[in-house]
Amino acid sequence: MTEAKKYPAPVTNPETKAFWDAAAQGKFLIKRCTACGEAHYFPRSICPFCFSDKTVWEESSGEGTIYTFSLMRKSPTGPYAIGYVTLKEGPSLQTNFVDCDIEKLKIGQKVKVVFKPTEGAPLPFFTTA
Amino acid sequence: MTIKGKAYIAGIYEHPTRHAPDKSTAQLHAEVAKGAIEDAGLSKQDIDGYFCAGDAPGGAWPMVDYLGLKVRHVDSTETGGCSYIIHLGHAAEAIAAGKCSIALVTLAGKPRTGPMPPRAAGAEADFEAAYGATTHNAYGMCAMRHMHDYGTTSEQLAWIKVAASHHAQYNPHAFLKDVVTVEDVVNSRMISDPLHLMDCCVVTDGGGALIVTTPEIAKSLKKPLVRLIGHGEAMKGPRGGKDLDLTYSAGVWSGPRAFEEAGVTPKDIKYASIYDSFTITVLMQLEDLGFCKKGEGGKFVADGNLISGVGKLPFNTDGGGLCSNHPVNRGGMTKIIEAVRQLRGEAHPKVQVANCDLAIAHGTGGLLGVRHAASTAILERV
Repeated sequence: MTEAKKYPAPVTNPETKAFWDAAAQGKFLIKRCTACGEAHYFPRSICPFCFSDKTVWEESSGEGTIYTFSLMRKSPTGPYAIGYVTLKEGPSLQTNFVDCDIEKLKIGQKVKVVFKPTEGAPLPFFTTA
Repeated sequence: MTIKGKAYIAGIYEHPTRHAPDKSTAQLHAEVAKGAIEDAGLSKQDIDGYFCAGDAPGGAWPMVDYLGLKVRHVDSTETGGCSYIIHLGHAAEAIAAGKCSIALVTLAGKPRTGPMPPRAAGAEADFEAAYGATTHNAYGMCAMRHMHDYGTTSEQLAWIKVAASHHAQYNPHAFLKDVVTVEDVVNSRMISDPLHLMDCCVVTDGGGALIVTTPEIAKSLKKPLVRLIGHGEAMKGPRGGKDLDLTYSAGVWSGPRAFEEAGVTPKDIKYASIYDSFTITVLMQLEDLGFCKKGEGGKFVADGNLISGVGKLPFNTDGGGLCSNHPVNRGGMTKIIEAVRQLRGEAHPKVQVANCDLAIAHGTGGLLGVRHAASTAILERV
């Protein structure tokens, strides 16, 4: 399983600091543009759709469904499940599925966010809901 | 404005090596450059444009100096495996604009000898790097979703490897020369679901080079005339997570641009070089380029339809990246080279397509399952 796996600490930068500060509080943030109304991930200060700078942080439900996945078996630390989740709020994001039976994952399955510690800010992962 | 017919491929060279622990990367670049220049019947002093990508040690200016070139045009566009197909189009643009008249494009490196240096991080790094996306699982994620949406099967994907292996048996330089069956592929070990070992390309050292020049200079040389008549390039990514659809690639944009410029359709193509980093890469590209409808790639590739002399669309007759060569983990260069061999009538007689006067060379770069580029070239024998 992936419990013993060590994850690299995010480097962070001024544009994304608020995301990682919130992650340390167990909150999963996305960005929403107040000009066009679209949510996006990973967070940018300028909206990737309409290019407005009127983007604001929003706490995500952390709930979504599996868009796709693959079990990577060519790995010295054992198989891991990489995939994409489509959040309830709309944006899809890359992640790993953890704390669940990765051999039984299915496209369309409901998942929720879970944070894993690093030597810096915690990282978001997803597990079956 | 168009580049149609304004640039010819006058020289090609694919390094015969597949494992080169005794050579430097710069040396391999020089060897393929020398090979392509000699194939064209030119000399190094004739080169006035140089094109290279991220595999060139230090980039364009150290390479220009190492090779001892004196150029008036350089381009180091880096788009992974399809860089060299993009370079071909950019060379045609530069030649059409009079910025250079004889362009050299080189690719070389040694991933079989040792690990490649990591790429510089993008803005997404903190939000993705920890999840371990690799070539294998990024393409695995595409295949998984394609199967889910369209019912594509592992057996259908396997036919792509089977066709490549039929061609590779005639290539004395091919890394893998054995003909394999659908059963061999689906029974090979799982690497990243649903991709098996034999769904994956080879890892080889080596390289290749091109000489691109004006119609006038090409006609003064001795090789059969091959010209670029259409070119397209495009990029695709999740774009803020709104556009995630891993069942198609940027080929849906680069392909139509190239076909439109060339004034031909997929039905006219006699031979196709399609980047085959994985079997799923080929299947998706064939759909995206319009050789079949989206979702019908599985049926299209089955039953030997890609085998030269057997099927309707002979592809990768050198054995491709799946069996012959995938120098520097980048397939674009060898795709162009085999297409030129076919148009010249220089492919192996067992796989040479009869009266091959129109070919496509198409590739992608980066990770299809994450973010990537694509480039399409339509080539014609004059």
